Amino acid sequence: MLTGVVKPDKGAASIFGYDILKQGLKTRQLMGIVPEMANAYVDLSAWNNLMLIGALYGVSKKQRKERADSLLKKFELHERRSYLVKGFSKGMKQRLLLCMALISEPQILFLDEPTSGLDVESQRVMKDTIREYNANGTTVFLTTHNMDEANQLCDRIAIINHGKIAAIDSPERLKVQSSGLQSIEISFDNPVNTGELLMIKGVEKVAKMGDKLKLYVDETSPVVEALVDYARSKGLKIITLNTLAPTLEDVFLKICVSKTCEREVR
Amino acid sequence: MENNLWEKLRRSLAIVDKNIRIYYSKGPVIIFGLLMPFFLFLAFYIGRNEPIEMLIPGLLGMTAFFTATSVGPAIVPWEARAKTLERLISSPVSLWTIFVGDVLSSFVFGILVSAFPVAAILLIGVGIANLLLLCFGLVLSTFCFASFSILLSAYPPTDNPATVMMLSSMIKFPLVFISGIFIPIGELPVWGKTIAAISPLTYFTDLARYSIQGTSYYPVALDILALILFTVAFLFVAIKIHEHTILKRL
Repeated sequence: MLTGVVKPDKGAASIFGYDILKQGLKTRQLMGIVPEMANAYVDLSAWNNLMLIGALYGVSKKQRKERADSLLKKFELHERRSYLVKGFSKGMKQRLLLCMALISEPQILFLDEPTSGLDVESQRVMKDTIREYNANGTTVFLTTHNMDEANQLCDRIAIINHGKIAAIDSPERLKVQSSGLQSIEISFDNPVNTGELLMIKGVEKVAKMGDKLKLYVDETSPVVEALVDYARSKGLKIITLNTLAPTLEDVFLKICVSKTCEREVR
Repeated sequence: MENNLWEKLRRSLAIVDKNIRIYYSKGPVIIFGLLMPFFLFLAFYIGRNEPIEMLIPGLLGMTAFFTATSVGPAIVPWEARAKTLERLISSPVSLWTIFVGDVLSSFVFGILVSAFPVAAILLIGVGIANLLLLCFGLVLSTFCFASFSILLSAYPPTDNPATVMMLSSMIKFPLVFISGIFIPIGELPVWGKTIAAISPLTYFTDLARYSIQGTSYYPVALDILALILFTVAFLFVAIKIHEHTILKRL
């Protein structure tokens, strides 16, 4: 929708202050797009694809050539620049799409599942490039189903459930806000009564896992202090103690499941 | 930004370059654009004792019409199928820029191919009463047919080039037979003349006949005016329909 491919039926959105509907050409001029489906022209060479996209974005011929040259070298496609794209592997096509998105030096970069189905090397190149351009001031708008990728690359994450934003925040805040998903793993030198641990304020659930206990908590630090006090009072020795943050996948599942339940209750 | 006419034209020319590189070597273009009019002309010419001057307006008309409309109808469905249409729409160019590019590429192809029969006519020494008018008419009508070509792809909003090629052939072939190509308009019955008036090809063959033989059915000014009006109408209607249907192809 933000890239102009789908028409919104209601609402408003703007990019860098430009309305996406009323000033569509201006907003699209600021964007570079890497779609999920490789859509370079397969009957054109890599070079001609870059020249075409550069021209459509109004990049001068001299700059087009310079940027194309440098991007193709950077993404290790320079030697294949005059080959038709139909002979390229998926990773090469994806790297070319990234070159096509970057030839206009966009202020905002849209990437749709950029590493999906790529080999390890191409994934690394893609992630490094995203980090590099973001560090240099380019806004990166990434859509992904890969939680690990979102966790590694994003400053802010919006979780979309059934077409609506269910949560939006930084990855770490999202994890922290998900109460009950944080946990403490602890083991003592002697068996303990799990009922007593449940009495500690902030502990929601206790699960026995081998010789360890996993305590699901709202906040870790007060519970850790309480556990140390508990061990002292009982003359127990703490052998191991680890605080475990929830993964983004836990957060995603919790948010989506709770929203689905809300809808079902309504 | 695409905010002035020159910038729009530059971006349209980038689309022309892309179209020529990709589409003009495709099989259907060669068959429908080059071979079909050639064999149609031979089928009509062989065995008839018409003077060559009588046949040349028809040959030029068919060549310009078939070549200028050979690829235009298939570009949008081809791009929709290859998902490259999505890329064009998400780039900072208006639909007018995209379709003017498509029309210009059809125009360039039509003019380049039509130049061959004109050169052949001059080489074999056929007398042409007004070469300048013939060239002007050829340029104008090729642009008109190129505009017509994008109208042929406007509806239905399909991503299947074969469907569009079939539907456009159903419109293009009858037009050839009602446009005074095989029989001069003056020799047609009243109902034939009435139908011929709705075809843009009629006005080019009439203009070409005047340029070569010095006689025409309509006044030359009317032929030119009709071709201009058809061009404007085709462009405007085609782009308006595409504006409504283009997102349905994605």
